[in-house]
Amino acid sequence: MEFSIAIFLIFFPFVAALVLYLLGNGERVYKARKVIVKGSALLIMAAAILMAVLILGRGTPYPFAEHTKAVDVLMACGEAFLMILVFYYSIRYKKIYTAVLSACGTLPILWLTFSGAAGESTAPHMQIDNLTVLMILVVGIVGGLIAVYAVGYIKDYHNHHKNYKDRSNWFLAMLFVFLGAMFGLLLSDCMDWMYFFWEITSVCSFLLIGYNYEKESIKNSFTALWMNLLGGVGFAAAILYSELSLHVFTLSELLQVDRTVAPGVMIVVSLLAFAAMTKSAQMPFNLWLLGAMVAPTPTSALLHSATMVKAGVYLLIRIAPLLSRTTAGVMVTLIGGFTFFAASLMAIATSDGKRVLAHSTVSNLGLIVACAGVGMPESVWAGTMLILFHAVSKSLMFLCVGAVENVTGSRNIEDMHGLVVKLPRLAMVMIIGICGMFLAPFGMLVAKWAALRSYIDSASVWLVLFLVFGAASTTFYWAKWLGKLLAVIHGSQATKDTTHTGEWESIYPLAGLVVAMCFLFPLISSGLIQPVLNQLFHEEVPPVIGQSDMIIMILMFVLIALLPISAVLTSKKRVGLTDQNTRSYMSGVNSGDDRHFMNSYGDPQSVYMANWYMTDLIGELKIMKPCLLISAGILVTMMLIIIGGAI
Amino acid sequence: MKISKSPWILHYDGSSCNGCDIEVLASTTPRYDLERFGIINTGDPKHADVFLITGGVNYQNRDVVQQLYSQMPDPKVVVAVGICACDGGVFKDCYNIIGGVDKVIPVDVYVPGCAARPESIIDGVVKALAILDKKRERMAQGLVPDEKVWTNTIVRPGSQEKQED
Amino acid sequence: MLYVLGFIFVILGPFLGGLLSGVDRVFSARMQRRQGPPLLQPFADYAKFMQKKAYIINGLQTFLITGHLIFVILAGWILYAGQDILLSIFSLTLSEMFLCMAAFSASAPYSNMSAQRELLQMACTEPMLLMIAIGFYLSSGSFMVTDIVAQKTPAIIHVPGFFLGFLVILVVELRKSPFDVSTSHHAHQEMVKGVTTDITGSLMGIVELSEWYEYFLMFSYVALYFVSSNPLSLLVGILMGCLVMFLMTLIDNTFPRVRWERMLSVCWATTLIFAGGNLLLLTLLKMF
Repeated sequence: MEFSIAIFLIFFPFVAALVLYLLGNGERVYKARKVIVKGSALLIMAAAILMAVLILGRGTPYPFAEHTKAVDVLMACGEAFLMILVFYYSIRYKKIYTAVLSACGTLPILWLTFSGAAGESTAPHMQIDNLTVLMILVVGIVGGLIAVYAVGYIKDYHNHHKNYKDRSNWFLAMLFVFLGAMFGLLLSDCMDWMYFFWEITSVCSFLLIGYNYEKESIKNSFTALWMNLLGGVGFAAAILYSELSLHVFTLSELLQVDRTVAPGVMIVVSLLAFAAMTKSAQMPFNLWLLGAMVAPTPTSALLHSATMVKAGVYLLIRIAPLLSRTTAGVMVTLIGGFTFFAASLMAIATSDGKRVLAHSTVSNLGLIVACAGVGMPESVWAGTMLILFHAVSKSLMFLCVGAVENVTGSRNIEDMHGLVVKLPRLAMVMIIGICGMFLAPFGMLVAKWAALRSYIDSASVWLVLFLVFGAASTTFYWAKWLGKLLAVIHGSQATKDTTHTGEWESIYPLAGLVVAMCFLFPLISSGLIQPVLNQLFHEEVPPVIGQSDMIIMILMFVLIALLPISAVLTSKKRVGLTDQNTRSYMSGVNSGDDRHFMNSYGDPQSVYMANWYMTDLIGELKIMKPCLLISAGILVTMMLIIIGGAI
Repeated sequence: MKISKSPWILHYDGSSCNGCDIEVLASTTPRYDLERFGIINTGDPKHADVFLITGGVNYQNRDVVQQLYSQMPDPKVVVAVGICACDGGVFKDCYNIIGGVDKVIPVDVYVPGCAARPESIIDGVVKALAILDKKRERMAQGLVPDEKVWTNTIVRPGSQEKQED
Repeated sequence: MLYVLGFIFVILGPFLGGLLSGVDRVFSARMQRRQGPPLLQPFADYAKFMQKKAYIINGLQTFLITGHLIFVILAGWILYAGQDILLSIFSLTLSEMFLCMAAFSASAPYSNMSAQRELLQMACTEPMLLMIAIGFYLSSGSFMVTDIVAQKTPAIIHVPGFFLGFLVILVVELRKSPFDVSTSHHAHQEMVKGVTTDITGSLMGIVELSEWYEYFLMFSYVALYFVSSNPLSLLVGILMGCLVMFLMTLIDNTFPRVRWERMLSVCWATTLIFAGGNLLLLTLLKMF
């Protein structure tokens, strides 16, 4: 049963992609397309949930696919195909370095497969354990919902951008291809196989970023490609070293290696960590994720916030026990902590909604990376919790920003001023999303709390400092966004909300998930995350957050939920108010809309308070380069120390 | 506790020569120490109970005075400080002056003088506090705060046209 | 038993906080050689606000301000009920966030600008607030207030650096000059009345009430540094709390307001140097 679901999860998305691609474009296929996408998404979600139920009920990991010579060859062919694809694009757009990087990564792996130099592995190539299940749930549910959203979105997208060629069939197909690859990546235990799926996701991301063939998107897609391929090279090097010198083929075998006996394992670990950090867009590789925001919103929501970038941190959490109290761990925590802090600073100085989300994604991934780097049960608990909450809240935010952009034509935060009146439904959902990202009883903060504790316990002073200062700047940039949404412009009216029902069908469940997860987080912790820890650390890990704390958290949450309800009940009390006396104070005569005052000629003069961006102090132009240099310095030095030390 | 225990003042300079303004500010200095009575000179009409106006009202600031007055939550009192605020003073016949403050909003206490001395300003404010308490009582009984209805017969609020050039 | 103590805070907190604020005003006046208002003036202000009509400028204000009050009460309740101090700090942050949002919702120039500045103040204080919790955790091995007060030696012995850092951000938290960029208690300021510019009547009363809770909560945080399992230490805590509050009044009357860059750099630098240094030292001591 588990086996067949696993096969279904990997292959079905490819089938759906093929069907969607063949269906073609145009108004007449829209209905059929909607049905197919919704049906496939539902099937995928159902399969993911069924898988979760089965594995959680089983309690132990489920390994499969022992003898796989034929599949190995097939995969090698797939890798060769990907390499040729990259070659094609790099020659077409004269970016030869990507071709070189692709060859550097792929050719050694091909050689390894066909020469048999490393001997044959008898270990199961795939394995489903609790961590896999958790990630499958994220990818399945969030991914499915985003796919549903994408159908309506991409239609509007082409209505707004007539100059782009409508390739929406290809777009949707790529989303499903990506889902399949992602499932493959999660299910694989063998590093060879993982590498294959890893490369598919890189190429998928590249193709989706360049979707509209604009000059900027092509440039950014190549940035994404070369950085991811560089990570791929790191991955390939890790595989090469581990198979040739350690005879380790799978991650679970890698975890068994005693690093005092075989110090070479640290080389593998640090190379894998390097690959993971490129995928998770850690500094100095964060530029690709920022550039990726030119892609249509579903891409950003699916690949660049909820799933693909999580592949990196997933890999890190897998190898977290090996990182604990090692130099590699220090490298990972340094980079992660620094990224968390620096990216959140840059997010303050950004006004483009999607770019803020991108910075915030980088920043939160940094936190997860740091959690994995600490490698203690508590920190891994925090990291996994962050993955869950971040995936849901952030994809919700992306979907909302996309929907707002389709309605109002702008995704700038300044243009969202007064959204709570103009587009009340979208604003409401966005408020939930933002609160989910940083406010107290919501999940992200709980995870940060646990992270903080593990950082102190592991004596990582630098991480504690990065966390407290990063948390402050995180609060700042989210809160001012929230403030823009909540502004009520005197006498403003709701505008027409043209968001598709299909988009609502994914926005509402996601918003529901954010809220539900806050209520259910004790259950999530004990039911989903605790087992992951027990399996990773091979011991019973005590619950990370105490009972009384949980009660208070839930109390806080209930209070927050009750407040709007009580507000509705008391709002009828607003009597004796006139248009004059409820105008806000402007130090002059408020002309009635809070945006104009009467000047000395008796004419309305516009006055507008923009948010505070501090670009002179912490703008991207100002601090991006130093940050990249610092992080690159850390990375190179630490890698040299680790590899030199191990040899 | 009575509302008059904590009267917060909003000070607005109409078209005053600044003589009265200086005196108003003087009464907040340590020498006179308005805070003894719980009085705070706030800049925000939405927190203020006592509207202190110096200088007469002209066509430029008429709307400002009216909006400030409307933004002060009930109960509230208006104190016209200085002879200009009372009825226009020496500027009464100027082309741009409408007249005293009572031409555009109801005034409760008139403090004459050119310029009004701090002592008389404080006296006027203290006098206004009694009116403030009375208004509060009327509100508690469900009545409108003001005893007699104030009507503006000279200039319609919000009318833009200037009466003479 | 402890829960009861929490509820006692809920009832007594505003009285003590209001008293603290009254004393602060009297002392301020005396420092300026004035007689100053009666001691109970803050309560008179509160009563007045509650009697005035509220011109609520939009439907969001009421619930945001109520949230502000509820969460500052919760923050105090958590502390006095002996629960997790970090949660108390989270709750406090949440409550300030509600106030900021109430100011944002006015969509007016002064409210908006002050809300941004208030957020900046939060950014200044948040690192140190978190550090407070970390400090207590380092000295007692637990975030629970019950464990913190059950130590043999008061926390100040282990974490004096954290305490110094806390004193600096306390100026910001209590909106005292030089760091009162968003709202201050003084008349005539650039931001009119800061975040509360567009808050009227009973809502303003609620804001005042929350401020008293916050005053007393801050007083309690200070006292917490001096409390140990010895009952007499409670007295020391109260004494030190009073002393620190007096210090705040003195600072308020001594320094002129600074620009925000200065505030940010001073707050973050002191947090980094005092609290960070103390943290580093304790970690090193633990290692060797």
